[in-house]
Parts: sequence; structure tokens; C-alpha cells
Amino acid sequence: MAIRVVIAKPGLDGHDRGAKVIARALRDAGMEVIYTGLRQTPEQIVSAALQEDADVIGLSILSGAHMHICPRVMELLREQRLDDVQVVVGGIIPDVDIPKLNAIGITGIFLPGTPMHEIVDFITRQARRRAGLEGAGAKP
Amino acid sequence: MPPPTTDRVFETVSGRVVDELYTKESISTLSYERDLADPGQFPYTRGIHPTGYRGKLWTMRQFAGFGTPEDTNERYKGLLKAGGTGLSVAFDLPTLMGRDPDHELSRGEVGKCGVNVTSLADMETLFDGIDVGAITTSMTINSPASMLFAMYLVVAEKHGADWGSLSGTIQNDILKEFIAQKEFIYPPRESMRLITDVFGFCADKVPKWNTISVSGYHIREAGATAAQELAFTLRDGIEYVQYGVDAGLDVDTFVPRISFFFNSHSDFFEELAKFRAARRIWARVMRERFGAKNPRSWQLRFHTQTAGVTLTAQQPYNNVVRTALQAMAAVLGGTQSLHTNALDEALALPTAEAATLALRTQQIIAHETGVTDVVDPLGGSYFVERLTSELEAETLGYFARIDTMGGMVEAIERGYPQREIAESAYRFQQALERRERIIVGVNDFVTDDEPPMGILYIDESAGETQLAKLAVLRQRRDNGQVARTLDALRQGARGTANTMPLILDAVRAYATIGEMCDALRDVWGEYVEDAVI
Repeated sequence: MAIRVVIAKPGLDGHDRGAKVIARALRDAGMEVIYTGLRQTPEQIVSAALQEDADVIGLSILSGAHMHICPRVMELLREQRLDDVQVVVGGIIPDVDIPKLNAIGITGIFLPGTPMHEIVDFITRQARRRAGLEGAGAKP
Repeated sequence: MPPPTTDRVFETVSGRVVDELYTKESISTLSYERDLADPGQFPYTRGIHPTGYRGKLWTMRQFAGFGTPEDTNERYKGLLKAGGTGLSVAFDLPTLMGRDPDHELSRGEVGKCGVNVTSLADMETLFDGIDVGAITTSMTINSPASMLFAMYLVVAEKHGADWGSLSGTIQNDILKEFIAQKEFIYPPRESMRLITDVFGFCADKVPKWNTISVSGYHIREAGATAAQELAFTLRDGIEYVQYGVDAGLDVDTFVPRISFFFNSHSDFFEELAKFRAARRIWARVMRERFGAKNPRSWQLRFHTQTAGVTLTAQQPYNNVVRTALQAMAAVLGGTQSLHTNALDEALALPTAEAATLALRTQQIIAHETGVTDVVDPLGGSYFVERLTSELEAETLGYFARIDTMGGMVEAIERGYPQREIAESAYRFQQALERRERIIVGVNDFVTDDEPPMGILYIDESAGETQLAKLAVLRQRRDNGQVARTLDALRQGARGTANTMPLILDAVRAYATIGEMCDALRDVWGEYVEDAVI
């Protein structure tokens, strides 16, 4: 089954080139991609992930608001018991913030210049690993 | 003709196929008098000034803004002290989107991408100790342009500067927001009303102000090719002129105050040809399509910024070289003002040191290279003239398609320019992935161990400061007066009155940006874009 990805633009920023290019690249790689459009609150993003039964949420953030947005998205996912949804972030993230984002469970952080195939591979690998774990968990 | 030396197809960064050699046959249909003419002569392909940069260098205008108005005021004083000749205000996202710092959507965004200006009080701080009568200021502000412009006018008044001689620019270009940058608030037609109101107000009260900077910069950054940047920007310009004419304004009273803003990307010759083509197309359109008679209406003046999108986070010092070459193309293309990006801007807003180096880059071009001594030094080059003509022809093709749709507002409503740009952006990315295009340090010549770079880190303190100041402002001002001026603004927006005087009244009462924009949201609603990929 195809990996389902919600690509979201949180915050007030309207620069959507990156979000749209990665959405198309993931779609071309065989994933089901839902693009939320601009100016989504963390609540709207998590709600979209729930409705769309997403495996992955991709956040595109260039504005510097990531340390406000990312923790809130992770908190809402936990509240909705969607802890298994993988969250990845693309954009301008200062080095000092990367360990902080890792600590709240965001391991896929893609900075400017990242090749598209690297992002596709990362998401696919993580999804396979999760599917494998689920399979293991289902055994008696 | 000898056979080509290789089978490989050579393309510009925009995908334009270029020949191995250009000769006089390449420009056989070109007429010097009709298509080029001397600098200062219609159609101004070779420049709008007969003396080029001998008479006056371009304005070195570095776009800057971050944190609180206090932080940015200090940066401005530094830039002016370093020899900058104009200011250019970068506002943060809450200001650009007409939201106060205490709005839910502003959380985490205050002061991050630019300076936060919530009310007249912040504008007073931003220009504290700076003689606004003696400098020119450009403000990158679009949906709420009238509000920020009104704040600047009141500050000028308080400094004792005469509106009649005040000079500067507001970007005020909403069409490219719908097309590319997406910082819109109101629907297109209501947004156009705000812009024509500024045209009318300034023709009367602030005659030396550039009322709009029709911008291709953001269109290019979003992924457009050089020809798309040129076509969509100039077609936006035509749309503004048409709306002004339809609102009853005389072409020759407001068009001379329209200026343009282009991107200078990496493809050296295509870029400088683009600037030359822009002048020729605009001159012809103004004279032939609109019957403008004032030569100032024919003369396209423009600001240029080097291409932010070409800056790399990898090996950031390479960006100094990229920026210098892009700046050189802008100068050879005859720009009136220029912003050079700083080397660290793929990582963060620039540090003071990086911003100074960016300014020094311009100063070196201006004072050490000799390129300013001769007007349009590349005029007559077979290749440059051919590129100029090709870009013009492509642009006219786009004009015809957009005219068929009914105009640019209609084209935007159909998502036409948005789709064209997204297609180009994706094609470019695919070319990078396939390594058909090389970006040094990114997909070739990669270094594994890069030393970390010190960047400007903007924390949450600016947000906290602005929130505290807003709370005090709301206590101290005359809230009855604020409510009355906002009611008058709503009333005016429902009718056909010019909104500028109403906004000035609200600004003087220290109404906030969020309150003023909300008053218009009450009447006009908000625009929501269809999310398509």
C-alpha cells in the first residue's frame, strides 16, 4: 500500500516552492500526497493527518517559527494517539535547534540543498521499519 | 556555417537553448533607431539616462530588518554609516499579514523574518535619529501597504519633513503575492482598490513617492524562468495601469511613479538582456497601448536584488562570488538600485558582518571595476541583442495569452501564472537531481566536513517585548478615538471613498496594524487560495 503523506505549510509564511516541489517528488515516487495549502495551524495539520490516515506529516518551515510549531504538532499527535505518524521537517533550521527537534521525536530534518531522493529514501525506510515493527507486534 | 563542435545542447538556467556563436545574422532584423536607440532615447533599451552611471551611481539599498524596531534602528544607523545610500525595510510575517503580535497565528513569528511594526509608535522608534527627509526609504509591504505607508508619512510629518519632497518606495504589489509570494489578505479586486487609492492619493499629496514596485523578484524565486519573470511582472504592471485608468486617473499623472523590481539570477548574459528587454517592452506598451505622452511614463526604472534562491547552505562563502556576479549583471543591465544578498542568507537573516560584506561587494563593483564608466557597454553584442529580442518576443507571447483570459486578475483567478511557475520550479529541481545542472558545493564539488558558521539567531525575546509594548499601548491611547477611526475606515471601504485619508486618521490614533486590517477584513473578507500541486 502506498505511503500516505500530508505536506503542510504551517505559520504565516507563504513561500511554498519547496512544499510543492517535494509534494510532487513524493507523488512521483509512488506516495499518496495530500497538500494542505498555506497558513495551517498545528491543530489543522494534525486534524488533516487524522482524516487522511497519514503515515507521514511533512512540515515546510522557512520563517524561523519551527521551535513554536514543531513541539505543538508533536503534542497534538500524542493527544490524538497518533504517535506512530512520522513527522519530517524541511526548511531553514539553525544547527542549534536540530538536537532539540530530535529530542521531541523529529529525526527527519532536511536543510536547503537536500536532494529529493534522500527525502524519499528516508521516508520509505522509516515507513518500512514501522511496518516491520507492526508486523512483529501482531504475532502472538 | 561550420558544423557544431558537439551534440550536447547548451541551455541557459531558464532552459533557453543557446547557439555556439552569434553573428550579425543573429540580429539581422534589428534596427538601431527603432529597437535600441542611444541611452536616454525611446525605447530606452540602452538605458533611461544619457550619461548612465557617470551622472549618478545606483542606490545601494540593503534590505534589512529583524527583531524589535529598536534592534533594526541600530542596524540602519550602521548601514548608513557604512556608506549605504538608502534604507529598505524588511517586515516580519505578522506585519506583512496584518496581524498583531498577540494574534494566535503570530506566535513564534514576531521579529523572525523582519522587523515587527505594530503601530505608529513602532515606526517612530524604527526611524528614531534618522533624517527621513534626507534619505529615501523603501518598504517591502503589500497587503497592508497603505497602513505602513501612512505610518511613515506621519513619522515624516513629526520629523518636520514635507510630504511634497518625501521620496521612497512602497512595494504595494499585490498581484505577485497571488502569483508567487502568497502574502495576501483580501481578494484580488478589493486589493486592487487599495492600490489605486494609493496612486490617487500620492499623485495629489506625495508626488515624489514611488507608489508601487511591480515585482518580478518573488516570481523568479518561486521558480519562474527569466522570460516568465519578465512577462508576468510587466503584465502585472499593465494591469495596475489599466485599473488606474479605469478608476479615472490620467496615465501621465501616476505611471511615472510606478517602479519595478527584478531578480538577478546566475545566468549572466540572459539576466542583463532581461533588464534591457524590460525597458524596451515597457516603453512601447506605455506609448502604444496606453497612449502615454510623458517620457517619464515610458521609462522603466527598477530595483534589483541578487537571487536568494541561488544561495547555498553548503560552503556559504561561495555565495559571495555568486552574488558579485549577479550584481555585475544587474549593473550592466542598468539598474537604478541594488540589494546584494549576504553570504549566510540560506542559513538565517544575515549577521552585521555578512551584511557589510554584501554592501562592500557593490562598492567594489562601483569604484574598482570601471564598468560604470561607459553606458550600456554590452549594447551591440550579437549575443546580448539576440537574447534581448528573444526575451521580448517570449514576453509578448505571454501578454497575448493573458489578454485572451481577460487580464492578469482573471489569469490569477484561473491559476495560470501559478501553474506555469510551479512547472518551471519542478523542472529545475529534476535537472538538479539528474545532475544536468551543477550547483557547486551542492551536487558537485562537495565538501564533507564543513566548519560551522556563526549565524544571527533570533530568539523569542523580540516577540515578548512587542507583546508587552502592545499591552501598554492599548492602555495609554484614546481607545474611543481608535474605535471611531476604525468605524470610519469600515464605512469608507463599503463605499468608494479613497481609503488613504481614513487610514491616516486611524494611524494617528495609534490603531494597530491588526485592528486596521481587521476593519477591512470585516468588509471585504479574506482570500483563500486553492491548494494545488
